Amino acid sequence: MLPYRRVPPGTHPPEDPAYRSTVLRHPLEPLIHIPQTITEITGPSYPYEVVGPIDNDLTRQHAGPPIGERIIVEGRVLDDTGRPLPRALVEIWQANACGRYAHEVDTHDAPLDANFTGTGRTLTDEEGRYRFVTIQPGHYPWGNHYNAWRPAHIHFSVLGPGFLTRLITQMYFPGDPLQPLDPIFNSVRDPEVRQRMVSSFDIDLTVPDWALGYRWDIVLRGREATPELA
Amino acid sequence: MAGITPSQTAGPYFGILLRGRAACRQVSDATHGVRIVIEGRVLDGAGSGINDALIETWQADANGRYRHPEDCGPEPPDPAFNGFGWLHTGHDGGYRFETIKPGPVPAPGGGNQAPHIVVSVMARGILTRFITRIYFDDERTNADDTILRLVPAARRDTLIAHRAGEGRYLFDFVMQGPHETVFFDV
Repeated sequence: MLPYRRVPPGTHPPEDPAYRSTVLRHPLEPLIHIPQTITEITGPSYPYEVVGPIDNDLTRQHAGPPIGERIIVEGRVLDDTGRPLPRALVEIWQANACGRYAHEVDTHDAPLDANFTGTGRTLTDEEGRYRFVTIQPGHYPWGNHYNAWRPAHIHFSVLGPGFLTRLITQMYFPGDPLQPLDPIFNSVRDPEVRQRMVSSFDIDLTVPDWALGYRWDIVLRGREATPELA
Repeated sequence: MAGITPSQTAGPYFGILLRGRAACRQVSDATHGVRIVIEGRVLDGAGSGINDALIETWQADANGRYRHPEDCGPEPPDPAFNGFGWLHTGHDGGYRFETIKPGPVPAPGGGNQAPHIVVSVMARGILTRFITRIYFDDERTNADDTILRLVPAARRDTLIAHRAGEGRYLFDFVMQGPHETVFFDV
């Protein structure tokens, strides 16, 4: 069994006091380094039969179209050698055009949209591709600090081939002026690494008279070429 | 070589994710193995319950087989058991899930690992998931387990679910402070 390559330091963000909720929610003791066993190298596959054919279109889940600017988000799920990962489950959730989540915990004073739930899912195809049609999510305030606003983002959840490839992250949009001010975005300290979370506007993905296209590839851990010594 | 996409917090609104149900049912009448319930709380560094955590579990079936193409064990995995569980904590940070006692699985370098469940803990305020394992206090093989032996003896107990009645185990995830749960870099 070939192990997964270790994640380069500086890729995944650690706790960060600028994001206040992390302060009491991270271990103070160092993580204990362990070898990868069959437990971690295998991993869950979702019961795929629950993915419906239009679950990747967030604009067609209700009686009418949601309010807001329709967009296409497309990309590939790859491993870190550039190999496409087929049949990865990709799920998204997001705020509506006004910056409000259809969730009981969200009390932001912005309207809900009866035609927008803001959740979707799909499986990648043989070339690792996924595609969503949705609405440009709005900005919204949060209580982290005075005048705190989240840059526009879509939450992504990816189940790849093993337990170690499981990833939850956020996709951001190019040129958003709130990005330099956001502790969650900036929890990834290396600016080059941080940019991996920002999608690109793509005129070729844009459908004339219909919707702008944003392209975003998701890269998961890949395998070592040789077995790891335990 | 392509750069790995960084992790970000699941935030507080994860509950809306359309996964068919808020918690999964792992066990049906057809599932082989001993039914167990594991319950406890997810606690922060002040001892308060974390009410918006997402717990994901991955485990072998009763025979120690993973439902995954890379598990090449001699018997096929139980068709009535997936091995993947997920749930959201309740208002007091409490959780409870029903599953079956996992069988022993191969250890690196030979022999078997003690029965265990690997877990991801995610939440608002957690930027990158924390990985840990649940072992069982009524398993003698814990003493020889490859992974447990890498944990300082004084902290091993944080990875052990304690039997509290027939088929019932208690396990708290303590994210910070005294009795902090051991988390792994793997």
